[in-house]
Amino acid sequence: MNVLLMQRHRDVPADRPLPWNMDDLVADLGLDWLFAAMAQGSETIDAVCRHALSAGIADPDTVRYRQAAVRDALANPGAVRALFDLATVTVADERKHYFGLFRDHPDTILRRSVEVMQMFAERLRRLRGLAEEHVASFRSDAFDRLFLMLQTELDDAFLARIDAHLKDLRFRKGLLMSAGLGDGNRGTGYVLREHPEQAGGILQRLLSKGPPSYSFTIPERDEGGFRALDELRDRGVNLVANALAQSNDHILGFFRALRDELAFYVGALNLHGALTAGGEPVCFPTPHRLADRRRRYRGLYDPCLALQVEHRTVGNDLDADGKNLIVITGANHGGKSTFLRALGTAQLMAGCGLFVPATDADVSVGSAVVTHFKREEDAALESGKLDEELKRMASVVEHLTPGALLLFNESFASTNEREGSEIARQVVDTLLEGGVQVHFVTHLYDFARSLHAVDAPNHLFLRAPRSDDGSRSFRLHEGPPLPTSYGQDLYEEVFGGEGPVQDGSHERDETEAAADTQIGSPT
Amino acid sequence: MRFHSILYRTPSDDPGGRTSRPSPEHFVDLALDQVVTSVTAAKQEYGLEPDFYAPLRDPEAVAYRHEVVRDLQRKDVMSIVIDFAAGMRDMRERLAEQAAAHYRHQTERWFLDAVSGYCAAVRGLAGALADAKPASRGFGGLVDYLREYVASAAFVRLEDWTGKLKAALDAVRYELVIQGNTVKVRGYRDEADFSTSVLATFEKFQQSSAKDYRAKLEGDATMNHVEAQILDGVAGLHPELFANLGRYCTENAHYLDGRVAAFDREVQFYVAYLEQVDRLERTGVRFSLPEIAPSWQGTHAEGMFDAALADKLRHEDRRVVTNDFRLERDQRLLVVTGPNQGGKTTYARAFGQLHYLAALGLPVPAATARVNLIDLVHTHFERQERVEDLRGKLHEELARMHRALGRTTPDSVVVMNEAFSSTTASDALQLNREILARLDACGALCLVVTFLDELASFNDRTVSMVSGVDPDDPTVRTFRLERRPADGRAYAVAIARKYGVTRDALKTRLPS
Repeated sequence: MNVLLMQRHRDVPADRPLPWNMDDLVADLGLDWLFAAMAQGSETIDAVCRHALSAGIADPDTVRYRQAAVRDALANPGAVRALFDLATVTVADERKHYFGLFRDHPDTILRRSVEVMQMFAERLRRLRGLAEEHVASFRSDAFDRLFLMLQTELDDAFLARIDAHLKDLRFRKGLLMSAGLGDGNRGTGYVLREHPEQAGGILQRLLSKGPPSYSFTIPERDEGGFRALDELRDRGVNLVANALAQSNDHILGFFRALRDELAFYVGALNLHGALTAGGEPVCFPTPHRLADRRRRYRGLYDPCLALQVEHRTVGNDLDADGKNLIVITGANHGGKSTFLRALGTAQLMAGCGLFVPATDADVSVGSAVVTHFKREEDAALESGKLDEELKRMASVVEHLTPGALLLFNESFASTNEREGSEIARQVVDTLLEGGVQVHFVTHLYDFARSLHAVDAPNHLFLRAPRSDDGSRSFRLHEGPPLPTSYGQDLYEEVFGGEGPVQDGSHERDETEAAADTQIGSPT
Repeated sequence: MRFHSILYRTPSDDPGGRTSRPSPEHFVDLALDQVVTSVTAAKQEYGLEPDFYAPLRDPEAVAYRHEVVRDLQRKDVMSIVIDFAAGMRDMRERLAEQAAAHYRHQTERWFLDAVSGYCAAVRGLAGALADAKPASRGFGGLVDYLREYVASAAFVRLEDWTGKLKAALDAVRYELVIQGNTVKVRGYRDEADFSTSVLATFEKFQQSSAKDYRAKLEGDATMNHVEAQILDGVAGLHPELFANLGRYCTENAHYLDGRVAAFDREVQFYVAYLEQVDRLERTGVRFSLPEIAPSWQGTHAEGMFDAALADKLRHEDRRVVTNDFRLERDQRLLVVTGPNQGGKTTYARAFGQLHYLAALGLPVPAATARVNLIDLVHTHFERQERVEDLRGKLHEELARMHRALGRTTPDSVVVMNEAFSSTTASDALQLNREILARLDACGALCLVVTFLDELASFNDRTVSMVSGVDPDDPTVRTFRLERRPADGRAYAVAIARKYGVTRDALKTRLPS
């Protein structure tokens, strides 16, 4: 009984590790905001969504499979939440029956297992009830399959069998075991048996002689005898206690898998709610194979930013089909970093079957997303900083996979422009040759210009513009790199309104100038 | 010839009196007691020691044992014997359980299982050994004996009856109903297995391998009275079967064949020894089956060593040093001299062990050897002075030697280690000469360890061996003995040279 809500053919394995660069990815793209919106305080949803977003799916068909399920969830939020809550509570309730760490007697294990099984029986019934109630309103392959499976596997016959077992385990007719003769004719191979159904009416049973048997009773004060009897009972019950405990484990495993896969969809619901509450658009991208190199967005924005601010964010269009390199230059504070983050986050969201922060999109899936951002908080000296950057770069290269998407934000700027450009150029050339996709935000003019000079058809150059009055639109457009990044604008922004330099300084200038002539005058 | 024993070709070779045989007097001096201990340590159940106390007198008896050794040096034969020994050990363990148990149906079952193990072991041995086609008269005789035995009416009947009873008991199934403090025992009716039923119901949920919740129920090793009552109930449900079992135990009380039981013990004489040989050979020394030469013919050995010392060094991961000796026709005296702690006593022990173990028909501690078959070994090692001995050590020594001389023959070996040392050197020399003359007259083979270099040239039939030192550092012993004339002073001079106190060295240091 597989859940199969996330993939067509197998359940998501329980203990996958997060990718090696998860911490950097989260920090650089600001993903904590995204996860917080998805989780809404739930640790389970947070963990599941972290895994789902960072793992990604390689093939478009699975992306479509999942998108269809997300659409179903968006159309039936109540049902999905109800299923998720049932699974979550069931898993939590099992924990309450947890028993000691040391090996308990079979008797104890049996009693505890019966209690848990009774709880599971009731929950499985409720699960089937939910499936019957909602099956009509779901349309995706994923949910259709799940509900059909629940109805088939948890049918009346099955639930009745559970009830029968639980009844028998009360041993009202005593323990029945079979055994053979072992070493020294000692009893061995004890197997607990089910009491047979007794044919015939009461009278018949009372009158029939029954098979020959020998009975004896342990007298009241025979403590040794009672201990011996307990041991015998333990032997009989040992296997069935094990069987029941194992079965409980299997059922728990099922509820856990159900909870974890539903967590993704509840996370999607929560995220959808948060974004649309702020008036932001979302859409389901058309997924393509990695080899098709599709990347096209309309109105792409950074969802993590959107979740932080009150106002609506600016959307951008991008036509980057067939491009393996995007270089973004232009005005400071012009939205370059934001756009880069948007590209990264949207890729992750598209790659795990979610909607994306845009009004329309065509995206190739199957790329791992890797970031190499300038580190602001380093208090180290300039040279130390470059070392640190290069070390990080080496680590990135070590872990690269084919078709990965590498996002650089102002990398290698912690040295002079010549050197930085040289390093950046070499790194990018090597990466592109290796089949990696690169998006690079940079102020290094030499670097950007040299790439632009190559005039390759699969390179794209975007610029964050500055209008004449110095304001920013945060909209990028195609354009070659310019020597200036309009730093003057920012200066004006900070110091602006203070007017030209004052008289005091004039005097100083004059004096300095006089001093200069005095020194410089020939004697 | 009918098979008598794997140790003795004929009853006449067997000296008898096994249970009261004392260990020979020379055992401790030659460290043979340690050798025997290291061999029998893991085989205490067989009580093998007395077999090591009876050397063989007849070269044919030695040859008989050599043949058996050669067969056991084959991996297949050895493993057949080991399997048989394991089967017999199982039988004994079950008989022990029988003795320890309280309840009749329990003891009877243990007995049945013991006999069952015996039958299997015997039949296995008979078949496997015959297939292996051993070359020795010993094993060959055993194969013939076993073939007759397992075909005999008595054995066949025993095997058959055992097999049927065991099968019938193994097939018994019964049921218990435990309700409150009442137990009901009744016949088996093959109802559904509860656990299988439960697992089948929930199988569909299984995603990964399941954890094991079964408790380890050790319980008591002994049957308790509740189990005994249940067993009585089962016996009541199968009255004929249990009556049959009772008859079986009474009628087959003396099932064990004497020769088979004897073989089980006696073959361990070889097996235990060969296992020790194996252990020591792993350190790099070699054992071999010696050639037996008549007296007065040349004897020699190469790669000879003290097996007790070798075992001690084995535990320290060290290898013992080996030595040689060679006595041409008529040479009957070996004199060993040299510096203290140089390996002279070890050499003497190795020499003694070699001859004694050869007389047991076993492989000896030497890579090659040709020796006489001795009748007795007399050792004369330094003894602790006993306070009660009013007449003193020297007198006691002489008295002992006198007694010994009364028994020595040309087939005897005498090993003397620093004899008559509790007197002056010149007295000791004279005493030694007297004794050696007597020993020479009776023709015994002698090895004398002494600091009296003069003895090294006692007569023209004397061989002199000297324990060596490292030429560069005379404080280092090589433990190798060289065949050359004694030159006790050479050592002293070398030592003096090392410390710069030779005449020449001193001269340069004294102020002129």
